Amino acid sequence: MKLTLKVWRQKNNSDKGGFVNYPLDGISKDMSFLEMLDVLNEELSEKGEDPVHFDHDCREGICGMCSLYINGKPHGPQQTTTCQLHMRSFSDGDTITIEPWRAAAFPVVKDLVVDRSSFDRIIQAGGYVSVNTGGVPDANEIPIPKIIADEAFDAATCIGCGACVAACKNASAMLFTSAKISQLAMLPQGQVERKNRAEKMIAQMDEEGFGACTNTGACAAECPKGISLTNIARMNREYFSAVLSSDNV
Amino acid sequence: MSWVTKTLSSTLGRKLIMALTGLFLILFLTGHVSGNLLLFKNDGGEAFNIYAKFMTTNPAVKLLSWLTYLSIIGHVIYSIILSRKNKSARPIGYSESKASTNSSAASRNMGVLGTVILLFIVVHMQSFWAQMHWGSIPTVTYGGEEYKDLYSIVYAAFQVEWMVALYVIAMIFLGVHLSHGFASAFQTLGLNHKKYTPAIEGLGKFYCIVIPALFASMPLYIYFTQS
Ligand code: HEM
Ligand code: SF4
Ligand code: FES
Repeated sequence: MKLTLKVWRQKNNSDKGGFVNYPLDGISKDMSFLEMLDVLNEELSEKGEDPVHFDHDCREGICGMCSLYINGKPHGPQQTTTCQLHMRSFSDGDTITIEPWRAAAFPVVKDLVVDRSSFDRIIQAGGYVSVNTGGVPDANEIPIPKIIADEAFDAATCIGCGACVAACKNASAMLFTSAKISQLAMLPQGQVERKNRAEKMIAQMDEEGFGACTNTGACAAECPKGISLTNIARMNREYFSAVLSSDNV
Repeated sequence: MSWVTKTLSSTLGRKLIMALTGLFLILFLTGHVSGNLLLFKNDGGEAFNIYAKFMTTNPAVKLLSWLTYLSIIGHVIYSIILSRKNKSARPIGYSESKASTNSSAASRNMGVLGTVILLFIVVHMQSFWAQMHWGSIPTVTYGGEEYKDLYSIVYAAFQVEWMVALYVIAMIFLGVHLSHGFASAFQTLGLNHKKYTPAIEGLGKFYCIVIPALFASMPLYIYFTQS
């Protein structure tokens, strides 16, 4: 395949940045999107140019590190992670536009790499269970109905990639935050800190400068893990009932 | 900050206000359209004028009107606050966006749709509401009692082409606003469940077509049949 890549290049956070076009030849349809970028970076390195910086880690669709806004969509044309996107989703001769996630709460570090530690701080604000859980308990020792376990697990599959923020016209982190709140709100281990968790995580989400939710549904449509909007409704219930009944005056 | 102000200045608290005021306005529109159906009665406006007097004098209705004014003002103020916050959450936009593949145009343009509705509300209140309250309106007498002849004002207004056009266009914008807003408000309130969400969405689709269409049919009816 012959391609033209239109890539966002930005030296550092204070650099203005801009697009640079790179022609690329000899790309196989079986390559993943990140492998295609590896080919580009090898060529750039050989020429003595600065390679394009992008985030990645597992390359198996489980860590959430890869990002990239490809041709107007987070993680590109398929509803999957960028590492699981393959070049067969593109055609010979295509121009592919690659941009970083755009959000005030995700500042650009370099090129396509953004700082997603705002997500970490939301988790630190309450996305944990601080009771001592001891060793691994026997299976079924804490009775949890399968329907609930499944639903909590679905919420827990969120890999924190930030595609929901990238997709949202308001750069809102509601889908991510709601998945993290939901996963613990449904399980017995999460009950002790339930109200504090909802209040604190949402306060942190606001503080980080994410936008509000207009319920457009873009987040869920683009989420590589299929996290559903019912989590946002649950988060709203958790929050409204927490502010009405918690001890935080 | 007390817990109340803290909650109402959080994004979720602000969205709660948007949803509650929006839903109250939806209730208001239902009442408003039902009463105005009296315009279709071929009695020279008698039933409509009697109804208009009741609506401006009854104390319970007065309370509801104040709630409606408050809802409009609250809805608009919070839409500005939220839109500004949302804008600042993405200071640099994308050079290419395929948002149409993941969300409806209505949901992405609530602010623009609402602004047109607001302009309409201003013209509408100036033409009828302000006249009824402070204007010099001719009076009519039914059964020995004197009534303001609001019907004649409505009748005259809807002989003017641009007024009729404004009403019809504004109602299309209202319909599109509600095609997203109706179900969205329930989601904001946390009411999303496979048992009743399909019904809410269905009702929303019905409401966003039928209510604006009924409103729009009034100026059209008067313009085309009464001249
Ligand atoms: C009678 C007129 C109106 C009705 C019945 C109405 C109803 C609604 C409803 C039900 C929602 C959904 C709330 C939610 O998502 O929780 C909404 C959202 C919205 N409305 Fe209205 N509205 C009206 C007029 C206006 C006006 C005049 C404006 C602004 C100038 C406006 C601006 C907005 C905006 C910006 C949103 C989206 C807020 C967000 O979630 O980001 N609306 N409206
Ligand atoms: S909700 Fe989905 S899109 Fe958002 S961070 Fe989690 S996995 Fe990524
Ligand atoms: S690199 Fe881990 S999910 Fe893509």
